[in-house]
Amino acid sequence: MDATAFPALAPALPEIILAVGSLALVLIGAVMGDRSTQLINGLALALLAAAGVAVVVAPDAVTFGGSFVLDGFARFMKIVAFIGAYAALLLSFDYMERLKFARFEYAILVVLSTLGMALMISAHDLIALYLGLELQSLALYVIAAINRDDERSTEAGLKYFVLGALSSGMLLYGASLVYGYTGAVGFADIAEALKGGEASLGLIFGVVFLISGFAFKVSAVPFHMWTPDVYEGAPTPITAFFASATKVAGMAMFVRVIMEAFPSVTSEWRQVVVFVALASMALGSFAAIGQKNLKRLMAYSSIGHMGYALVGLAAGTPEGVRGVMIYLAIYVAMTLGAFACILSMRLKDGTYVESISDLAGLSRTKPAMAFVLAMILFSLAGIPPLAGFFAKFYVFYAAVNAGLYPLAVAGFVLSVVGAFYYLRIVKIIYFDEPTVAFEPMSFGGKAVLTIAGGFTLLYFVYPGPLTAAAGAAAQSLF
Amino acid sequence: MSMAALFFYLFAGVAVASAFMVISSKNPVHSVLFLILAFVNAAGLFVLMGAEFLAMILVVVYVGAVAVLFMFVTMMLDVDFAELRDGFLQYLPIGALVGLIVLVELVLVVGTWGVGGAPHTVVAKAPIPTDVTNAEALGRVLYTDHLLLFQAAGLVLLTAMIGAIVLTLRERRVGVKRQDIAAQVARSPATAIEVVKVRPGQGLSETGV
Repeated sequence: MDATAFPALAPALPEIILAVGSLALVLIGAVMGDRSTQLINGLALALLAAAGVAVVVAPDAVTFGGSFVLDGFARFMKIVAFIGAYAALLLSFDYMERLKFARFEYAILVVLSTLGMALMISAHDLIALYLGLELQSLALYVIAAINRDDERSTEAGLKYFVLGALSSGMLLYGASLVYGYTGAVGFADIAEALKGGEASLGLIFGVVFLISGFAFKVSAVPFHMWTPDVYEGAPTPITAFFASATKVAGMAMFVRVIMEAFPSVTSEWRQVVVFVALASMALGSFAAIGQKNLKRLMAYSSIGHMGYALVGLAAGTPEGVRGVMIYLAIYVAMTLGAFACILSMRLKDGTYVESISDLAGLSRTKPAMAFVLAMILFSLAGIPPLAGFFAKFYVFYAAVNAGLYPLAVAGFVLSVVGAFYYLRIVKIIYFDEPTVAFEPMSFGGKAVLTIAGGFTLLYFVYPGPLTAAAGAAAQSLF
Repeated sequence: MSMAALFFYLFAGVAVASAFMVISSKNPVHSVLFLILAFVNAAGLFVLMGAEFLAMILVVVYVGAVAVLFMFVTMMLDVDFAELRDGFLQYLPIGALVGLIVLVELVLVVGTWGVGGAPHTVVAKAPIPTDVTNAEALGRVLYTDHLLLFQAAGLVLLTAMIGAIVLTLRERRVGVKRQDIAAQVARSPATAIEVVKVRPGQGLSETGV
């Protein structure tokens, strides 16, 4: 063995930028204290942008002894996750400033969490996957509780931490079973070991535990219990971060592990994924109907959307993976737009409200915002020709082509049920009498809402680039 | 009996005995001391197996840091262990049941190793290098092949530290005395020393200091 063999660093350029940059930010913050908050916020945005550029220019390769991979899939998912993190940061500064819990550590923790996401997305063995996941999750637990004088925020942080630790335990248990029955931690090696043989009971146990862990991280039923409480309790921009970037990273690791490590035991994992997808779609559609709080509603909405995205994974084909990727990109845009609207619900006395009834008559007080929000809600419901329709179309198309007719039909039916509660909000916005008036939106909110709304509205005009990019990226997993 | 076997039984015997003493001694400080003894004996077992690096880490990390931390905690928290043990008999049946279940599980695990068919292992295990020491063998892969994992673990720890500080540190603005190095350095004899003439037979208080 050559003792001087050093792994190629170039494919990990975005991660290196984020890691070194976050260390520099920690130093700046430690020296300058809370005066540096503005500076660190700006630098964190710059770091994320630089990492996004680095994702594009870094070369494709497997490096670090096979534990890290940069391919088309990783590239696509990383860019979507970085966009989610960037927008969530943009949304948070104004909010945290107004509610007086702005701290310089917040932006650093978001950068570290994004670094964890990048590592998860690029993980090519179970150890790297777990470390990336823990890096992401630990930072998330802390930022959920960052408003530490607020009872709900600390409660959200604690709940997320306890349940997250439990799910990490399940994931580790599954990973150790898989390692025990294949003798490998690398995804390619696991696939090699499983090739041609009958899957043993122990291995299936391992796969099911792994999927349970993933389902928790993407908040799919039956591991969704934490989602509404955490989403409601955490400060709103942080909820936006949870609902966008985190979901992308969790889903990316889900897809990569299933597709790269277990392609030869498809029938074993498919029944689990189909069940999880069905249950998530159903719960997301029915449980959201009675909600009064917008953040809780978005939590159930995100559970349902993860169910739809999993339909694409259940197909297990390049088409299905392409569907998942397009779904996530569109979902992130819609979610960020919706949260930009929720964050603009600020009253004259500086308090933020978040119940659905507060939106009453928005079309008269703020017609432009009401229109964009209504379009985003239509899109979330999956009504053509908005982006959300295409997202659902691609995953159902893949499911039908893979012969999963019952799943696709159930998905159609449940999305009609789900449309009810989105349309109810549109009705409240347009046909109810206004009760409260909101203050003008912050700059970050306007920027995010404009881009997200524009993307949602106009995606159908020119869907080619995203579809083609996702299609090419999906091929890298097969 | 060879020397190695002799030491094996010595270390193993003392380890088991001290582990028993950890849970049975009345004084928690004694418990921690016996725990340290158990760690040191386990380190001895590692040396016998040729894993000298692991042995040293065990001593440095567990004995040097973790056990000392335990010691601080047990000494600082005034826990009445006699009171904690009060309900011992009351909960004994449940405890015994749990113990029995764990025992059965262990027997099952050992007895039916390979449940549901043989493992799928085809990947060749790395041979144990004989020409290098443990530490060198670890160092070679830790900073090359496993560089990413090593650094990621470091970042996880950093995040945990930042998180702990963010959530718990509250700056007290008043009533905190801090070291002011500039003020210390700027001291001169004029500001630090006062020369007082004390006549014989006179107390300090009478000079007006």
